[in-house]
Amino acid sequence: MAAEGGLQSPGTKTSSSRTTKVVAGFVRNVLPLALAIGTSGIFLLALGKSPAAFYGAVIQFGLLGTGWQRSIIMLAPLLLYGAGLIVAFRGKLWNLGYEGQYLLGGVLVVGLAPALTQSLPLALAFIILMAIGATVGGAWTFLPAVLKAKFGTNEIITTLMLSFVGIGITNMLIRGPFQNPEVTVPQTAVMPLDTMFPKILGSRIHIGIIIALVVVLILHFVLTRTSFGLRLDVYGASPKSALHVGIDVPRMIVIIFLISGALIGLAASVDMLGLWGTMRANWNPSYGAAILPFVFLARLNILASIPFLAFYAVLATGGALASQDVGLDSHFLLVVVALILVFMSIIEYIGMKRDLGQSYIPPGLRKAFASLLSRKNEGDS
Amino acid sequence: MDLFSVAFISAFVTGFIAASMPLLVASLGETIGEQSGVLNLGIEGVMLFGGYTGFVVTLVTGSFPLGMLAGAGAGIAVSLIFLVLSVLLGLNQIVIGLAMTLLGGGITSVLYFEHYSKSTPRLGKDEPLPIPVLSDIPVVGDSVFSQPTTFWVVLVLAVVVAWFLAKTNFGLQIKAAGQNPNSLDASGGSVVRTRSIAVMLGGFFSGLGGAYLALISTGAFTPFMTQGIGYTAIVVTMLARGRISWVIGTSMVFGLSVAIGTVIQLTDINLPTDVIKMFPFVVVITVLVIFARSAYVPPALGLPYTRGSR
Repeated sequence: MAAEGGLQSPGTKTSSSRTTKVVAGFVRNVLPLALAIGTSGIFLLALGKSPAAFYGAVIQFGLLGTGWQRSIIMLAPLLLYGAGLIVAFRGKLWNLGYEGQYLLGGVLVVGLAPALTQSLPLALAFIILMAIGATVGGAWTFLPAVLKAKFGTNEIITTLMLSFVGIGITNMLIRGPFQNPEVTVPQTAVMPLDTMFPKILGSRIHIGIIIALVVVLILHFVLTRTSFGLRLDVYGASPKSALHVGIDVPRMIVIIFLISGALIGLAASVDMLGLWGTMRANWNPSYGAAILPFVFLARLNILASIPFLAFYAVLATGGALASQDVGLDSHFLLVVVALILVFMSIIEYIGMKRDLGQSYIPPGLRKAFASLLSRKNEGDS
Repeated sequence: MDLFSVAFISAFVTGFIAASMPLLVASLGETIGEQSGVLNLGIEGVMLFGGYTGFVVTLVTGSFPLGMLAGAGAGIAVSLIFLVLSVLLGLNQIVIGLAMTLLGGGITSVLYFEHYSKSTPRLGKDEPLPIPVLSDIPVVGDSVFSQPTTFWVVLVLAVVVAWFLAKTNFGLQIKAAGQNPNSLDASGGSVVRTRSIAVMLGGFFSGLGGAYLALISTGAFTPFMTQGIGYTAIVVTMLARGRISWVIGTSMVFGLSVAIGTVIQLTDINLPTDVIKMFPFVVVITVLVIFARSAYVPPALGLPYTRGSR
């Protein structure tokens, strides 16, 4: 299953032939994307739009010209965001409150940024602001983490509910203390361009991508090469065995949640300080739900998530403009993402059954067929 | 506006019922599913499908009962995807549930954009079915006892579900599938069949809840109009632990918190709309913190059933 993929190392396959591996890798990683794009193309045709025009425009706006720069700018927060989800999901903790964590972290960063960047040296201000974003994002997971650790309260529910509360508080802050007095639309003060993240070598790409890559690579090392990473995986695989090998389970739950939330808050800080520089009321990029399939496709491996998230960044930056181009609601991308999730799960299922040498038809269905047939026979006799 | 005036109280009661009913209906469906061991996180998407289908059907035919039926039918239809993937194939219920939520939100919003974003049509009001004597009660009579037919149908359905879960063999099988699927299997029942029927019943109620929200509570469809009602239904279900009276009670507490927010806007109290929108979720989270120990899910919830596994 997708969420359990994090523990499987790719080398466990018995077939050692190189081509089989390449084919298997292609089927598992690329086929879900292709099938989803194909199926969503049929949906486009049904709406009377040309799939070729839409996906052509996605490539045109997402990759060609300066599109690739836009995609890389978008990739920076996505990498951190994805790492935040991966940490939680590896521990089998469903932190689904990502939207609240992201927005609340982001609004405090962008709200405090004008004052801090004016009064402090820029580099110091950036570090403090990113620390604020990470702290706020992490703090917003604290209540669900404690409830889960102490009472076993289902974290899906608590994180989701707190997410809605976080979104509400974000909007209150924007309309209240952080409201830009110069404009009537509810939004925070706009950061002057020279107080935002510097750009890399004359391009439009800000240094956020470097920060993201560094953080993400360090985290990958921690998760795969340290005892903490191992303990996290043990807890994720089986909380009961974690208890038996002496892992402090409640503490583990809280730590996993805090890291997850902090990374999402950091993603928001990078996005605010690098790209947006202001936040409007009711603004919500909803990255979290959209990148879910990609962190699963990456088998909850941070390194592997980089190309998948880059793919999504191109799809999203290109898709936003492409949907305007062909006169389509931009939420069409949600359909593509949902289809990727579905096809990924099915292909994962088939692959698992194949590896185990089992029938593809689930036992329940086989039984149903069998009972249908036997009933027929009874009727005949 | 004057507090405790007839208009004020009647606005309060109307808002209360409009907010409680869709949640109540959706929670009924989620309760059946959750009792059988299926965690349907896609309820938000199923409600949107139901709401959109119901909206289109009522818009075209002008009939509210037809719209409600179509919404429920659409709920069953999309639940078939969940049924095949999560119950039959045993794929991760959380992943598929999230996919359903995205699919429901994405498809309905794209379709609405295509067909209705320029005209933004609204439906009229469903004919109320006043209860003869009771609706003449002063002050609250008209707002409580003069409701659309669907309202009464939904109340009857809630009673039927309560009876069905508590008193029938099949209700027992559903609970067994969630508590201990192995013993259900051993005693000759079919876990897969029981869960499949539970998922379809869940789809029926979620679709109906979405349709109620669009057709009767709001009178129109807007993209992503559920705004967390589906997730709230999961909370209600967890707190109710399969007891329908609790489902009704908890839904009403939620509806009450929405209604308080709505009527506050009618008074002189100047509260930002963000606070009002947030209020129900604050209530839910407070309830969860206080009753953390009572929020309970069946042991087999979310786990696909494989015979012989432990």
